[in-house]
Formats: sequence, C-alpha cells, structure tokens
Amino acid sequence: MSPLELIRDHTIQNVVIGAALLGLISGVLGSFAVLRKQSLLGDTMSHAALPGVCIGFLLAGAREMGFLLLGALATGALAALVMLMLTRNSRLKTDAALGIALSTFFALGVVLLTYIQNQNNAAQGGLDAFLFGQAAATLRGDLWIMGGVTLVALALVTAFWKEFKLVSFDPQFAASLGMPVMWLEVLLTVMIALAVVVGLQMVGVVLMAAMIIAPAVAARQWSHRLESMVLLAAVIGVAGGLFGALLSALSRGLATGPLIILSVSSVVLVSLLLAPGRGFVWEGIRLWQGRRRLRHQQVLTTLYRLALHHDDPAYRSEQGMLDTYHGHHTRKALRQLLQRGLVEWRSAPPEEPRGAKHWVLTPRGRDEAERILDSLGRGDD
Amino acid sequence: MITPLHEPDLALHVEDLTVSYHSKPVLWDIDFDVPPGVMAAIVGPNGAGKSTLIKSVLGLVPSVAGHVTLFGRPYRLHRRRVGYVPQRSSVDWDFPTTALDVVTMGLYGRLGWLRRPGRGERREAMQALEMVGMQAFAERQISQLSGGQQQRVFLARALVQKADVYFLDEPMAGVDATTERAIVDILRRLRDDGKTVIVVHHDLQTVRSYFDWLMILNVRVIAQGRVEDVYTADNLRSAYGGQIALLDQASLVAPDGHDETAES
Repeated sequence: MSPLELIRDHTIQNVVIGAALLGLISGVLGSFAVLRKQSLLGDTMSHAALPGVCIGFLLAGAREMGFLLLGALATGALAALVMLMLTRNSRLKTDAALGIALSTFFALGVVLLTYIQNQNNAAQGGLDAFLFGQAAATLRGDLWIMGGVTLVALALVTAFWKEFKLVSFDPQFAASLGMPVMWLEVLLTVMIALAVVVGLQMVGVVLMAAMIIAPAVAARQWSHRLESMVLLAAVIGVAGGLFGALLSALSRGLATGPLIILSVSSVVLVSLLLAPGRGFVWEGIRLWQGRRRLRHQQVLTTLYRLALHHDDPAYRSEQGMLDTYHGHHTRKALRQLLQRGLVEWRSAPPEEPRGAKHWVLTPRGRDEAERILDSLGRGDD
Repeated sequence: MITPLHEPDLALHVEDLTVSYHSKPVLWDIDFDVPPGVMAAIVGPNGAGKSTLIKSVLGLVPSVAGHVTLFGRPYRLHRRRVGYVPQRSSVDWDFPTTALDVVTMGLYGRLGWLRRPGRGERREAMQALEMVGMQAFAERQISQLSGGQQQRVFLARALVQKADVYFLDEPMAGVDATTERAIVDILRRLRDDGKTVIVVHHDLQTVRSYFDWLMILNVRVIAQGRVEDVYTADNLRSAYGGQIALLDQASLVAPDGHDETAES
C-alpha cells in the first residue's frame, strides 16, 4: 500500500483518529489518576467493563455500540464504587480492595462472554475482541462518540483546573476551603471511567490501564508543573496512538492496541532512563560523581593530616602507604588532585638513599583541605 | 438572618463534640473555648485526638454529636475567616508544582469557581512567601525543599488566607531550630495583630514559652485555660499517665520563671 492509499483508506483513517483521541483523553485524565495514586483504579475499571459490555449485548440482542459502552460505563463505575465502599467500611487496604473488585468483575465478564458464545448467536461475532481490542472495527460513528467524550472531558478539566489541582495535591486543605471534595473526586473518577470506555474497542480491557498510566508517568519525568505535565502527557498519548496505529497499518496483521501500548511504553522507558534530574542515568551519574568527589576529598585530607601530624607542610607520603591507609587504590584520585594542582608528585631529594617519588600537598591543596575540614567541623556543632 | 449569636465573644466555641472511628470514641464530649487574640496549644499523648479535634472543627471529619461556632456563627458561614495548616506529611511533596503555586492555593477559596489566579494573586502569594523568608525559593520545585522549608510554604499558604482564626496541625514537628523560631515569631505577630492561633503541639518543653492558652487533651478534655493555670504536674499526669515518667518531670513543671526562650 502506498502512503497515499494509506491516507485515503477509510478504516485506517478511523483507526488513526480514534487512537489519537484515545491518547489525548487518557494522557490528560491519566495525569490526575497517577498523581492521586489511583493508577490501578483505571485497571480495575477497565477489567470491570467487560461484564458491562456483555450485559449491554444481552440487552440489545446485537452488537450495538451505544449499549455496549453504556454497559461498560455502568459496571466500571460500579466496580469503582465497590472498591471505595470496601476501603471505607472494612479494614481492607486499597490494593486488596482493588484486586478483589478487579478479579471478581473480570471473572463475571469472562463467564458472561462464554455464555454468549455458547448461544451460537451469529450477532455475537467479535465480542471477545473487547478483551484485547480490535481497532479495525472502529466505525465513523464510534469516532463521534469518542470525540464527544474527549471534548467534554477536556472542557471539564479546563473549567475545574484549580479545583482538580488542589484536590489532587491536598484534599484536606481543599475541604477546609469549602470545596466539594467528594464530588470533585467522583467527577474525576467518572471521567477516567469514560476514558476507559473510549479505549475499550481499541486496546481492550486488559491493556487499557497502560494507556491511562504510561503517558502520565512518562510526562512526569520531564515536567515540574502540573500544567506542563498534563500537556506533555496529552502529546505523548496522541503521538503513541498515532505511531502505534500507523505501525499496525503498515505491518499486515499486527494488532493495533498492543502496538499503541508498546509505543507509549517505549516513551516511558526512555523517560525513566534519560529524563534530566529524575532519570536513572542522571541519578547514577550524580551518585558516581558524588562518591568520586568524596574519595578525592578523603585522600586530600589524609595528606593534610599526615603533614599536620609530622609538623611538616611539605611532608612526603608514599603511594603504597596511602593505599594501605584507605584500603583501596588511591592513584586515580591522586592523579585527579595533581591535575587540579592540589598535590605534587615529587622526587626524593638526592641525599636520600631510595630515590622513589612521593606525594606532597601544594599550598593550594592545603587551603582546599582546610576548607573541607572546616565545612565538616561546622556540620558537627 | 437574625438568629441570635451563640457565644459571639469567643473566637472558637466547641460544645459536646464527640467523634468516633468505627465504634471507638476518638473524642468524647469535648467542650472547648478559645477567646480571640490568644496563641493556644492543644497538647496530649499520641492518639489523644489532637489532629482529629482540629479536623472535626473544620468539618473534615464527621462528628457524632456536638456543634462548633466561630465568633458566634456556625463554621460553614465563616470559612473565609479561617486559615488551616495541615500536617506536612499529609501531602505528597513530589507533586509537580512550585512553592509559589502552593501558596497561591490559599487564595482558591476566595477566587471561587471558574476564576483563575492572576497577577494580583501571585503578588499576594509572593508577599506571604517573603513573610516566612522563602521569597528566594518561589519558583523552586516543592520536592527540592527541605522539611523546614516545606513547612514554611504551608504556613505562607495559610497567611495568604488573611484569616482571623488559624489552625495549625503540628507545625513544629520535624523542622530545624531556625524554622521553629521563624514560625513562632510569625505566630506571635499574628496574635499581636489580634488574630487567634490554635496549634496542635507535641513538645511539652516549649508550651510555656510559646503559648498563652492551653488545652490538655486525652480523648476527653483534661484541662483548659491560661497556660499558667493549666500547665500543672497533676494535669499533665492525668493526661499522659505513665508516659510522663519518660519525660523529665522536674524540668517540665518546675515553678521557676526564668525561661530563657521567653519573649524579652
């Protein structure tokens, strides 16, 4: 298929637009879910959407998208409610409550799914696509639903921006200002359920959670403000959606949903590794630099103490002795100190029998050592 | 509304307040009055319900019974006159925001729905940051602040509320000596301006030098009133029971007046 044909293809157009919309809504709402430590709520709601899809099918008697999505929304929200009741009214912790709600609803969904499949109803074709998603089945009409939901969600987030921000950061303070914290939290949760419903057909109930979590986690690595985090999460979501959809259009027969998830996840991987300040690599470099600096300082102050002890500012220390003193090789550290002009690698005076070279502090090295010891001393008192 | 005011001369009036968690009472039949213009401490052993008392006064925790009035009116009608500093550990400081932005949150109640903080709000927030000596850190990520600096940001957020009654939940817990000093100075200035400051406090050693009003709490009210009347060995013993033995009794309740940390 040539690029031009690709763009003209209706199915591909639908899939690409749908994937972009999904990325947009899940990036924005996922940011709030992640910051409120409710990443797994999205997972529970998406798994709990399966029985709703089946019930919607049984009620409609056919694969009516409206019925399926309403059913998904209903059972997804019900699972969130059950989970909330469990944590409020029992001694269960959030993770256990989420796990129970998730597996119970999902099991019910799978039972209903097999029941429908055993009815030999011709209309049930492709209902199991909701497990892993079937992007190619996206219709123009579905796009209108997705677009409408996304628009409403974005409008609500814009209108209640400062309320959502404060409720996510400090719900107690928000309540003390008189904000209806519970309703704002319910609104956020319902919107996440809507995002899940939007994504069901594309990526399926099993992988939907990643779509909520991944763009937000990646964006958090690069941004220091909620505003930039949400924007970046939206961009990452859209880009991942587009990339995954196009990739699957180019490669014959590879599933779109999982490809979208893989594209977004690779952004997460890169962000976790490389993001300045928060990435593993930077963290590692900082740790290594800190350790090295500390080792250099230790060697320098050892030389200083030896000079002080022998009452000789030009006291000459042997390499081997310094190694023994520190329990590791100090040559590298001394080389560095030599480059910085803090020590000298000086030959023994001719009158001494062994002509080995020794390490000697320079005046600058003395000052530096005094400065280090001073700052340590200040820390004590 | 011409409903008669209930105890209008008291900054805070709490009557018969009872709060329970599951079936266990956390606060039992609390009567608590604070006159305006004092700096009041709430002390008591762990689990005495100190934080719960503040939270139920502010309506953050449902109460089984009792009522609360501020200057004679129910709290709901007086929200704008209240400033609140929650425990520092109650939020995740890795939230992506700056010190200035957190302080601006103190103005959200006044702004109301749909309105965004603008330049005026930012200027007010900046002034509050200056009051706590944190203006240099305005654009700093809150995760990069030290514990003491985070506490000052929280205090600034309450200052920007321009309230008449301030509730602070353990503002001196886990902060450095400089921050503690700065916080106490600011609270004293508020009191001297006629504001009422109510603090959940954990350090008995400093109660007499910092505060002029005291409530000793252990699920029930043990004692309340002026610090010099209430801060007695008997009262402390009946609140803390055996735990008081761990503390140095002599230094806590010695009758001497030479407290070097007192105001000069």
